[in-house]
Amino acid sequence: MSRLLPVLGNIAVLVAGLAALFGLPAFAETYVIINATIFASFAILALSLALIWGYAGILCFGQAAFFGLGGYTYAVAAINFGDTTGAAALAVALPALFAALLGYFMFWGRISDVYLGVITLTVSLILYRFVNQTAGEQWNIGEAPLGGFNGIPSTPILNWPGRPGEQLAPENIFSLAAGLLILVYFGCKALLATRFGRVVVAIRENEARVALLGYDTRRYKLAIFVVGGAVAGLSGLMFANSVFVSPTMFSLPVSGQIIIWVIIGGLGTLIGPVIGCILMQVLTNWLGTLNQVPGFGWVDPNLVLGVILMVFVLLVPKGLMALAADAVRWVVRNLPFPRRGKVPEGRKGDVRSASATGSHLESVHTSPFRRFAPPSPSGGRKSSA
Amino acid sequence: MPIRRRRLLTSAAAGLGAASVGPFVIRDLRAQDVLKIAGIHDTSGGLDIYGKQMVATMDLAVSEINAKGGLLGKQVKLINYDPQSNIQFYTQYATEAATKEKVAVVHGGITSASREAIRPLLKRFNTLYFYNTLYEGGVCDRNIFCTGSTPAQTVEKLMSYVMKKWGKKVYTIAADYNYGQITAKWIKKYTQDNGGEVVATDFFPLDVTDFGPTIKKIQAAKPDLILAPLVGAAHISFYRQWAAAGMNKQIPLASTTFGNEVVITSPEEHNGIHVVFGYLEGINTPENKAFVETIHTKYNIPHMTELAAMTYHGVHLWAEGVRKANSIDRMKVIEALESGLTFAGPAGKTTLDAKTHHNILDVYIGEAKDKKFVVLEKFPVQTPADTAAVCDLKKNPNDNKQYVIDVKT
Amino acid sequence: MDYAAILALQICSAVASLVLISLGLAVIFGMMRVINLAHGEFLMLGGYAAITAYNNGVNLWLAMLIVAPLTVGLFGIVVERLIIRHLYGRLIDTMLATWGLSLAMIGFVTVVFGNTVSGISAPLGSLTIGAYRTGAYEVFLVLVAAVLLVAGWAVLRFTRLGLIARGTMQNAAMAAALGVSPSLVYAVTFGVGAALSGLVGGLLAPLSGVVPTIGAAYIAKAFITVISGGAAILSGTAIASGLLGTINTAMTFAFTPVLGEVALLAAAVILLRILPQGITGRFFQRSL
Repeated sequence: MSRLLPVLGNIAVLVAGLAALFGLPAFAETYVIINATIFASFAILALSLALIWGYAGILCFGQAAFFGLGGYTYAVAAINFGDTTGAAALAVALPALFAALLGYFMFWGRISDVYLGVITLTVSLILYRFVNQTAGEQWNIGEAPLGGFNGIPSTPILNWPGRPGEQLAPENIFSLAAGLLILVYFGCKALLATRFGRVVVAIRENEARVALLGYDTRRYKLAIFVVGGAVAGLSGLMFANSVFVSPTMFSLPVSGQIIIWVIIGGLGTLIGPVIGCILMQVLTNWLGTLNQVPGFGWVDPNLVLGVILMVFVLLVPKGLMALAADAVRWVVRNLPFPRRGKVPEGRKGDVRSASATGSHLESVHTSPFRRFAPPSPSGGRKSSA
Repeated sequence: MPIRRRRLLTSAAAGLGAASVGPFVIRDLRAQDVLKIAGIHDTSGGLDIYGKQMVATMDLAVSEINAKGGLLGKQVKLINYDPQSNIQFYTQYATEAATKEKVAVVHGGITSASREAIRPLLKRFNTLYFYNTLYEGGVCDRNIFCTGSTPAQTVEKLMSYVMKKWGKKVYTIAADYNYGQITAKWIKKYTQDNGGEVVATDFFPLDVTDFGPTIKKIQAAKPDLILAPLVGAAHISFYRQWAAAGMNKQIPLASTTFGNEVVITSPEEHNGIHVVFGYLEGINTPENKAFVETIHTKYNIPHMTELAAMTYHGVHLWAEGVRKANSIDRMKVIEALESGLTFAGPAGKTTLDAKTHHNILDVYIGEAKDKKFVVLEKFPVQTPADTAAVCDLKKNPNDNKQYVIDVKT
Repeated sequence: MDYAAILALQICSAVASLVLISLGLAVIFGMMRVINLAHGEFLMLGGYAAITAYNNGVNLWLAMLIVAPLTVGLFGIVVERLIIRHLYGRLIDTMLATWGLSLAMIGFVTVVFGNTVSGISAPLGSLTIGAYRTGAYEVFLVLVAAVLLVAGWAVLRFTRLGLIARGTMQNAAMAAALGVSPSLVYAVTFGVGAALSGLVGGLLAPLSGVVPTIGAAYIAKAFITVISGGAAILSGTAIASGLLGTINTAMTFAFTPVLGEVALLAAAVILLRILPQGITGRFFQRSL
């Protein structure tokens, strides 16, 4: 029974994904398809952080950097090349390369925790500032103007490989985005099931112990960080094809949004952040249609989002998936018919890891003091290692 | 597929052609007694200061149209979307307005980025689009009408006015994006045309709040006057810090963007600043006084800029087009609007230019005085010469891009 | 000559502004290991408190120096009791919760005050240095930054409150064992940090004005300064501000404001790579 659950879960995800992939273009109206394309590209972005934060314990506050880099790389390359196929490949490769450089810089410097968060945040801010001031003509890359604050509105849409000029229709773009989302989701699953994936999760649990077992933890962290960067770049590529590229792709609100999706969906799961992402997108979308009467009665979306975020961190820290899984488990346990054996504690599929993602999710302690005796003045964590 | 469905609906006005999809038919039949139009304006986030007033004037225009019996015998229903100062939502709402609500026209967009995000979409979905914000000029597309002023209409008048008054040495501090960059070029051109010189041009990203170093750099350069096309909430800090240093008494300042700032800054900080717009609240006509009164009291908006007034003009211009075409069919309305339609309202007389789809409007030079603008001089019937230099939709009706206007200096 | 003087003053002013916007955050981070991402909105709230009081007839100095810190300080204590208290030791969770708080505050202030609250002009007039003029208020803010640093140091060094605070910083469990009520210390610390933010928000209002979204202009810089500074509240903030402020101003004068900002950020990244625990994680470890 307990071994069956994850398999069933995978099948359910696959079926839902395929249903959306083939069902939507056939039946839905255009605006639903366009929205769904944007949701799918964001869901890929959510997966990129779900992977590196939820499974590798690397909290990247600047995941938007790779997202934006993917979008800009695609736009600039596509305008210059004419054919978009090479541009699409570059849009994944360049963010991955950038992640490799940044990761090397950070992990070989033994930077971790909040300091890692600050560096990634700062790097995304630098990119944001830089791109934001490229309105002048001196910032044209080949044929492509970077456009500063206004972005690159004339981003070419993907064409069929090898046939420049034959652009994909919105339905095709949706199919591509949804297909990629399914692919990335199961790709992440597969990656985590390999020996490499298990070492990465082990590093999240206890880096020192893994290092003592003879693994060079920096390499594993770097590798998973690069995968995360590539996936974020891919999502930037799809976003460029459904909206267009502008400096806001690099901005703090985007980075933060990704973190919200992961937290709401459930840290340490893959499907949770995808669901969290789609729910939040639907919600903010709906909030924007509320204010029909000018002059009074404004519902402020910021207020709503802020309250939701606080409520989740305080009351549902494990996220929606864990909540749902708890509910399912409760029902299973209280089923009227007798079962063979008891559900072993250690096997609960994805959900288990949500409660084990590190100290910040260990919620129940007695005294506030025990939890954060600050590092002693002489030896900062890991800095002297 | 969606395009075909939409075309069917508009041509077969009874909606009979769409019988293939049951529920939609019912909805569209019911939708017959109203005529839907959409507004997409940021009413939350950093741009809400402009978005809220634009929604208010749009609502006013629609209710005036409805009070007079609506259009084509139907009431106009306004659907407002709030993209929350986020480009992504512009894309989503424009698609929704065009394909789900099948609106007759979309008014909206504040930044050029938001306009360029939805312009191609609305063209693809054959939905008419009005952009009512002052911007850098150059958009050339038959599906869009731009009712705001562009730099050639405003900067030329302003430069000759202030240089006559204050002197020949100009220092420009501009917002670092397309509008600022292009406006800075126009400032340079007209400064030279008037026999002056721009001693320096500094650009500031939209989130810069600390202008201390710049204020000192300006003092070192000793200009006769400052031109400040600064934009947004962060840049208001400049006017405060400028006044705090006592410089507002030393070097006079003019701006093409200082609008709502007049409510937020204090009289000591803004008195004497010269501005140029296609609309000022201080315009002394009965139409405008009634208009200002309604917006202030009924909608609780403390101050209006050109953006709000041109939104009002834009909706009325569109309504004139529909009346003249006697249809909401997109091409018929466009042709009607291209016939030199005019609307006389609070901003004076505005006429749509068939060649550029931009507005021929009256331009006002004003001075900030105790939280209001006093009109100093009016320049009637200014043509959009900058866009006209690159765009001729009569000759090239299929043009579809924003040209970067090459300013010769 | 007077250009050199004005340049020096500008550097002082840039450093002071970093100190001011970071101090409240630094107190809370240094004492409690809590990163308050609503810090920018605490500043914003201070600005609104000062301006609302002033518009209702309170003397400007009272509004900025008393009303603003008091309002935000009380608000901070409420926030600590309702939210932060449940999240001690969970650094990331406190960041997320306070970030939610920051969004909610932006929304709430927009709903209550709207977006067109008029500001106040800077008092004190202007100063003339050689051929240059500068706001006297700018110089006043440099002094305030210095006074706050010295006063903070004196409180920590000489008072019983400071002793308790330092004890809690060094060994919280031991301090608790010696009879200090941890929950009280934390509530007070958070309140003091918030009050400092409120004070600074009030003081900056005449220069930056108030809009609900103004916090975003401060938070990233404050965050980066505090983390670069490291664990020591005062010296860390002061040294990091000095370094980053100087780099920023020099690059702004030499090139453009954008390059100044980018140089500041790049310097912080390199600094953290070399000193992963911030400046006071390696140097001046015993300082306050």
